[in-house]
Amino acid sequence: MSDSTGPLKTTPLNEIEKELGGKMVDFGGWELPVQFSGILDEHEAVRTRVGVFDVSHMGELTVKGPQALELLQRSTCNDVAKLGHGRIHYNGLLYPTGGFVDDILIYENTPDDYFLVVNASNSDKDYEWLAQQAKGLDVDVRNVSAEYAQLAIQGPDSERVLQPMTDVPLADMKYYRFGHGTVDGAPAIVSRTGYTGEDGFEVYVAPEHATRILRKLVDGGVKPCGLGARDTLRLEAKMALYGNDIDDTTTPVEADLNWIVKLDKGEFAGSDILRRQKEEGPSRKLVGFEMIDRGIGRHGYPVVDGGREIGVVTSGTHSPTLKKAIGLAYLPLDKSAQGSEFTILIRGKEARARVIPTPFYKRAK
Amino acid sequence: MATPEDNHYAKSHEYVHLEGDIATIGITDYAQKELGDVVFVELPAVGSVLEAADELGSIESVKAVSELFSPVTGEVVEINEALAENPALINTDPYGDGWMIRLRVSDPTEVDELMTAEEYDEYIEKESGH
Repeated sequence: MSDSTGPLKTTPLNEIEKELGGKMVDFGGWELPVQFSGILDEHEAVRTRVGVFDVSHMGELTVKGPQALELLQRSTCNDVAKLGHGRIHYNGLLYPTGGFVDDILIYENTPDDYFLVVNASNSDKDYEWLAQQAKGLDVDVRNVSAEYAQLAIQGPDSERVLQPMTDVPLADMKYYRFGHGTVDGAPAIVSRTGYTGEDGFEVYVAPEHATRILRKLVDGGVKPCGLGARDTLRLEAKMALYGNDIDDTTTPVEADLNWIVKLDKGEFAGSDILRRQKEEGPSRKLVGFEMIDRGIGRHGYPVVDGGREIGVVTSGTHSPTLKKAIGLAYLPLDKSAQGSEFTILIRGKEARARVIPTPFYKRAK
Repeated sequence: MATPEDNHYAKSHEYVHLEGDIATIGITDYAQKELGDVVFVELPAVGSVLEAADELGSIESVKAVSELFSPVTGEVVEINEALAENPALINTDPYGDGWMIRLRVSDPTEVDELMTAEEYDEYIEKESGH
C-alpha cells in the first residue's frame, strides 16, 4: 500500500460511483468505493446473483516482440510457454531473491504479444522492473494502464447479463480464457476471470465507455459492489492480496502457491531459491485459519507461542458465506499442518485459531 | 436519519440517553455507517464499573474493529443480549433496538460535558469533510 500525497487518483467511474451512493475511500492513493449498499449485501449478490466492480485502478502492461516470451519466462515463476492464444494464467513476477515484485495475470495473444494485468499500486514498479530486465532483448514493454478502464462482472448470473451487451461468445469461453470484440459497441477485451471465487468476467475498454457500460449493467439489475466485498470474496476464495499476504519478502513457495512454481521450465529470477525451499521446505508457510475463540484475527496481528512471536496474520475477516471468522497467516512449517491450533494476539488478548483447508469457499461447478 | 435531540454525544461517536440515573449507551447512526455491517460486539459484564473514557468494549464490522468508550461513569446494570444473536440491530436501529449497555451513573451532570445533537451534527460534518 502506498502512502498517498496530493490529490487522489480517480477512475473514469468516479462520478457515477458517487451518484450510485458509493462510500468513497483512499485505497493506495485511489479514490474508490468501499461499499454501496453494504458489504454483506454485495457479497451475497455476487455469490448468488451478480455484481459489478470498478477495477479500473488495476494496471495493464503490454510485452511485445520476438523475445517477449523469453523476457516473461526469465522474470516469472509460472510457465508462460504453456499458455497459447486466448489463454490466461496467474503468475508471480519475481525478484532474484524469490520475493514478489507483484502477482499478475498474463494474457497471451501470440508468443510475441502478451497483455499483463498488474496491481494498481505496483504498476509503475512492475513496468520499470520489466523494462530493466528487457535490456538487451528484442522486446518492447509498455505501461498502457491509462488506456483501459476495467469492470469485473461477477456471480452466477454474469454470463446472462453480459452476453446481450457483447459479441464475444461467452458460453463457449472457459475459465481463464479471453476474447476480443465489443461491449456495448466499444472495442473490448473480455476474459472469464475474477477475484471473487465465483464465475465471472472482466471487461477492458477505453475509459470513455466505462460509465455507459456500468450504468447499463446497474439498470439491468447488476449490483454495484465495492472494495469491501471484493476483499471478503477474494479471501473466502483464498486469493492472495499483494501488500497483505504476499510482498517482496515472501516467495510463492512460502505463500503456498506451488502450483505457479514451474521449476522444470528453466532458470528464472529466484528459481534457485525456490528450488531449495521446495526441496528443504520453507521456514514458514501461509495457511488458512478459522477462529476458535471469539474475535477476528486481522492483518498484522501477531501469532504467539509462549509469549514469543512466531508468525503473523496477513488477512482476516468475518466470512459472510461461512458466517465465521477466517483468515490467512504465516506460521512456522512445523505448526502449519491441517488442524493445528495456534494463538493470535488480538489487541493484547490471546485468542485460539485452527488451521483449516483452503479455499474456505469453493463454488459448485 | 436525524440525530435524536434527547441524547448526549461523545467525540468517539457514542450516545448517552439519560433517564433518571440510568444511561443507555450505543453508537450513533454516523458511526454505524462508518463501520458498515456489524458482525459482533464485545460488551462488559453486568456489575462492572466504568469510568468516563474507559473502554467499554469493542465492535467488529466486516471491514474493521473499533473500540468503544464509556462517555460517563457508572455501574453496568444491563447489556443488550439481543446483540449476541443479531448484531445488525446496531446498523438498522442504532438509537433504538441497537443500544448496547445501561449504566447507573454516579453523576448525572457528567452528560453536560458531552455534545448536544446540534453540536454533534456540526462535529461530524467537520470530521467527514463535507
